[in-house]
Amino acid sequence: MTESTRENAELLVEMKGIRKSFPGVQASDDVALVLRKGEVLALLGENGAGKSTLMNILAGLYRPDSGEIRIRGKLARIASPRDASALGVGMVHQNFMLVDSMTVAENVVLGIPKLPFVPNAARIRREILELSERYNLKVEPEAFVWQLSVGEQQRVEILKLLYRKAEILILDEPTAVLTPQESKELNAVVKLMQAEGKSAVFITHKMDEVMSFSDRVMVLRKGKVVAEKLTRDTDPRDLARLMVGREILFCIDKRPFEPKGLVLELSGVEALNERGLPALRGVDLRLRSGEILGIAGVAGNGQRELAETITGLRPTTAGAISINCVDSTNASPMSVIRRGVGHVPQDRVAVGVVGDMSVSDNLAMKAYRSAPLASGGVLRPKRFLELAKRMIEAFKIATPSPSTRTKFLSGGNIQKTILAREIEACSSLLIAVYPSRGLDIGATEAVRKELVAQRDAGLGVLLVSEDLEELAQVADTIAVMFEGRIMAVMPACDAEAERLGLLMSGAIPAEV
Amino acid sequence: MRLHFEKRKSLSIGALFLVPAISFLASLLLTGLLLVAFGADPMATYAAMLKGAFGSGRAFTETLVKAVPLMLTGLGVGLAFKLRFWNIGAEGQLVVAGVAASWVALFWNSWMPPFLLLPAALLVGCMAGALWAGIPALLKTSLKVDETLVTLMLNYVAILFAESLYYGPWRDPKGFGFPGSAPFPDSVLLPHIAGRAHIGLYFAIALALILWFLINRTRWGFELKIIGSSHKAARYQGISVERKILAAILLSGALCGLAGATEVTGISHRLQQGLSVGYGYTAIIVAWMSQLNPLAVVPVSILMAGLLVGGDQVQMKMGLPAAMSLVMQGMILFPMLAGSLFTEFRIRRAGKAAKDAQTMAPGGAA
Repeated sequence: MTESTRENAELLVEMKGIRKSFPGVQASDDVALVLRKGEVLALLGENGAGKSTLMNILAGLYRPDSGEIRIRGKLARIASPRDASALGVGMVHQNFMLVDSMTVAENVVLGIPKLPFVPNAARIRREILELSERYNLKVEPEAFVWQLSVGEQQRVEILKLLYRKAEILILDEPTAVLTPQESKELNAVVKLMQAEGKSAVFITHKMDEVMSFSDRVMVLRKGKVVAEKLTRDTDPRDLARLMVGREILFCIDKRPFEPKGLVLELSGVEALNERGLPALRGVDLRLRSGEILGIAGVAGNGQRELAETITGLRPTTAGAISINCVDSTNASPMSVIRRGVGHVPQDRVAVGVVGDMSVSDNLAMKAYRSAPLASGGVLRPKRFLELAKRMIEAFKIATPSPSTRTKFLSGGNIQKTILAREIEACSSLLIAVYPSRGLDIGATEAVRKELVAQRDAGLGVLLVSEDLEELAQVADTIAVMFEGRIMAVMPACDAEAERLGLLMSGAIPAEV
Repeated sequence: MRLHFEKRKSLSIGALFLVPAISFLASLLLTGLLLVAFGADPMATYAAMLKGAFGSGRAFTETLVKAVPLMLTGLGVGLAFKLRFWNIGAEGQLVVAGVAASWVALFWNSWMPPFLLLPAALLVGCMAGALWAGIPALLKTSLKVDETLVTLMLNYVAILFAESLYYGPWRDPKGFGFPGSAPFPDSVLLPHIAGRAHIGLYFAIALALILWFLINRTRWGFELKIIGSSHKAARYQGISVERKILAAILLSGALCGLAGATEVTGISHRLQQGLSVGYGYTAIIVAWMSQLNPLAVVPVSILMAGLLVGGDQVQMKMGLPAAMSLVMQGMILFPMLAGSLFTEFRIRRAGKAAKDAQTMAPGGAA
């Protein structure tokens, strides 16, 4: 299909006047959307712009407060994902919906309405292999999901949709968890599906993906459509301006790199993950004050375990860790905190904050132990409030009030809350694990600036990230992690995206 | 018009008081239907209950007699529940403490100065209750054994252990064969306020105030709240989760234990049958009705005690089955649990919510 015929092709999806509200938020505000056969539509927007909400409505997870949806011209009532599936609509969610303890094949057929009581396993296997061949989605039908990498799990999710003969595929930030190479592969898969006349909507806030994946792009802001353009008629700068509503900075002012004393040293550190398998294998790292050490790697290659072993949350099985030149191998979390270590954890909602407690309580969760917030074990609520007001102001945390329960804040503001608290409590080492993951451009910029400011103020910063652009902008030194090993350590100015990508995926051997 | 649930941004004070009140009314309504089915006049029955529980000085002191153990066990259970430690073993902790206090009362007076006997009995009772709760707490924190089962099973152990004592070695030789220990010496008896109501009431009210302060105004309570929300988050904040849980459950057991110790020294004046009458289970209802707030435990306990005392009256005056007051207790819990939905959520019309959202300032985007 050529591009001009695609523009006139049959209308597959028409959404009109879609409204959906959550407490205090109009997530979709009179949104209209069309999708044609064989078209790839990009939904671009910041966090909370309403992209996922809109697509969750199409996929049957949410019901709109008002508005109508037509599929192939017919009015559709989509009350559940099953209804959506029957209409040929399928969605790959940001957090995969697979059953870990079941095989790929079992996951693919799980939930199919007319599955026979005793499924024909051989036939299912054959069909899955055919599909994976046709779309170049390599998976092993007998493998268990827990054995698969994140990229492979995503392939299973896509196969699930193809197996159900989905014609309209919705991908929610599909590349957020992929290596650059895997993203390229995914792009090829989408192009193959497109060639067969399938359509796709993909949600993203990355410009380069919009440019390489899509035919048309819709920009959402605060629940409204602010622009709709053919991808070839636009450029990243234009889109970024539309998305944020203002010009954005792509670089951060940084003082020259002048590292001082050693803050953190790891030698030969090993640790196990939850399943008792090696997560860290002989990790050697050195971080000085005034330095940002970036850990590049695909999520799940030991980064979380690295942060947890340093902060005392996970025992080491071998090796030594020293903080400020004092041995702290297997020190308790409390003693690590006392040494001036701040930690922005990977799981910010379940670990970083207590959602049921107020913003003010969460901001105080490091400082509550001593004066001025407590005296002799008794808390002083007034001081809590003062601290909260000061930090909310300094870090521009958007919250209705300090007493609002933290779970009602947006992801970006929850992250700012954690960052504010950890920076306040930290005097030597700041560990930040995926600090900008899932945040919009504005919040990402704020987080990155703060990390650089802390480095300029003389902290050592350990930044775990999967975003190479972020590492290039922020880090002084980059270490690449793959399967629990440090593959290479290099000054950030010498790093090239291609080589990092290869190291991250284990395609070239370790250099250290 | 379409209705839908919406999560509340912050707890509304009104809802906090109104919801339990309305839930209670709903339970009266439900029980009323049941009474009609039994051929009784609901209004007359409720009037009899009210009169029986609060209608006279004597009735009210009897209500207070039952309210004291409910307050103490309610505080203990509520504290454990705040940590999501499902201590349903208050009954066993109460009984074991009753036994321990009786041991002091019966056997320590030979060597202990009389003025120390009562404090010692109460203290040893608390320690026994703490120990009894400490077993499941230790099993939970060290071996991850489910506490629900262990606390429940230990109830039976405690009750049967007490029975074996007053039927066996502790049975009063001058007791005409009735099961029960010898009466306690006078120096160990709790002073009374009025009627049978004893100064355990002051202990309970003071402890409710202290516990409220501990939970809401101290570092210790702040850490308990964090642990109660998420162990992972607490560990990340450097809190030693296991140690804190153990300490709090010991305190929970000690509170339940004080209930047992005041029962034997204040009411029965000996160890005998009837120490276990289910206060430890009713405490679960008290804790939930109070929404785990120690201050609310005091009035809620008086209400529940009134229900128990009034229920007895109903049995005598209205000729209804004795189980009726137990049924009512159960009937209270259901609307309560349903009601807790409304403290967390509110019902709105779909259109109205959308309009409100538009007028609200941006920045709270999900």
